[in-house]
Amino acid sequence: MFADFMLRALIAGIGVALVAGPFGTFVVWRRMAYFGDTLAHSALLGVALGFLLEVDPMFAVMLVCLLVALLLFFLQRQQRLPSDTLLGILSHSALSLGLVVIAFMDELRIDLLTYLFGDILAVGSKDIWLIYSSAFIALVLLMWLWRPLLAITLHEDLARVEGVRVDLVQLSFSCLLALVVAIMMKVVGLLLITSLFILPAAAVRRLSRSPEQMAALAAVAGVISVCAGLYGSWQFDTPAGPSIVVAAALLFALLQLLPARQ
Amino acid sequence: MAEPLLDLERICLVRQGRHILENVSCQIEPGEILTLIGPNGAGKTSLLRVALGLMPPDSGEVRRSEDLRIGYMPQKLIVDRTFPLSVSRFMRLTGRFTERQMEQALDEVGAGRLYNAGLADLSGGELQRVLLGRALLRRPQLLVLDEPVQGVDVQGQVELFELIGKLRDNFGCAVLMVSHDLHLVMAATDRVICLNQHICCTGTPAAIQQDEQFLKLFGSAILPHLAIYNHDAQHQHDSCPHQGCSCPMGERDADVR
Repeated sequence: MFADFMLRALIAGIGVALVAGPFGTFVVWRRMAYFGDTLAHSALLGVALGFLLEVDPMFAVMLVCLLVALLLFFLQRQQRLPSDTLLGILSHSALSLGLVVIAFMDELRIDLLTYLFGDILAVGSKDIWLIYSSAFIALVLLMWLWRPLLAITLHEDLARVEGVRVDLVQLSFSCLLALVVAIMMKVVGLLLITSLFILPAAAVRRLSRSPEQMAALAAVAGVISVCAGLYGSWQFDTPAGPSIVVAAALLFALLQLLPARQ
Repeated sequence: MAEPLLDLERICLVRQGRHILENVSCQIEPGEILTLIGPNGAGKTSLLRVALGLMPPDSGEVRRSEDLRIGYMPQKLIVDRTFPLSVSRFMRLTGRFTERQMEQALDEVGAGRLYNAGLADLSGGELQRVLLGRALLRRPQLLVLDEPVQGVDVQGQVELFELIGKLRDNFGCAVLMVSHDLHLVMAATDRVICLNQHICCTGTPAAIQQDEQFLKLFGSAILPHLAIYNHDAQHQHDSCPHQGCSCPMGERDADVR
């Protein structure tokens, strides 16, 4: 018999997996793994500011991730430094700044581990509401951006010549990704967010015949990982977030054993 | 005479204090095939990007005829193995076309059987044909092709150039093309522009071989063996006589070489 908190964890995890799958396919196609990591790392700064300003941490995380995405977009346009250098600078500065801000708040003891590795067993109904509404908005907007995003993924200049508003589409996608990262933090923690983007998408690549199919299958693979991970966590008394990622990794390995489709 | 499709006037492009393009003027008339040649780093792709409106020039003017439809074929399309896109999806990625239109366009470039193939599974030559067919879908007045025969064997190159000539005849579109390969260019092209930051020389393919500047740039020894010529950009640039820059950028900024 599953306890209440287990049911809430399952509902929250499934919501996150459903949105992480389609976004994860683009993270894989566009080689944005490090970008995902950067957003995830800056989430800690959001947590710290949330406590400092006494607003909901998830809301603060969204705001900080959004600002980092915007900052990155404009820095990349200047082309003074290579993209991965910029990502490294922002990622680690934001993470460290977050840790420093937390250290200044003596009266408040934040359990860092819950933010680093997630605290899915502690989600409340307010969190679930926030996860599902954000996920819904993100997915609807992603569908709207879908075709131009595919065109840009293939060839930016070609898309531009054919009338795609490349900068607007890219900026919108970065902002949506920031939103998704914020709701994922509660479930797997900021250190493991990128894995939930990449593992399901990579796992189903060989089964997919079209971009849409890959996005849908990635969502399914994510849901399976969440269910299996939470079950394992319940059975073996292991931490929930990492258990979900281990389940996703096992699923990935299992699907690679399938014979290649002709 | 008809209005040119594209009119580039005194284009200058400066990066890090160096001219990438120096006072380049050229026009593309309806229906003509214009080929850009020149050593590596001569600014051929930059000129194409300026012409396409992907890059604003630092000085000079780009004029397009009204409602100019351009079909663009980029230099390199690297399709990631993780990206499961079929040829037919690729064809209608940024436009709405019927199945019949797409099949016709692929048939036109001899790639009809690739309609359902995965984009990542195509060979170099097949991908170039699909890109050409895709460019045709927009009924372009101007095809812009950046090294269309790159990564294709010699036989395939000859076939692709034949095809480009045929497309021009069938659709009456002009072609602006960048190429390294002098020999095969000459078979199909109406006018060649040799670029090395500035326009070294220009003429019809037959005439350009006699051009002294051109011979200095590439060396007469290559003429019988055009396909195996190795570019030596630095040497050629030095041997190419040009008297500094007379463009507004050069006058305004003494540091610009």
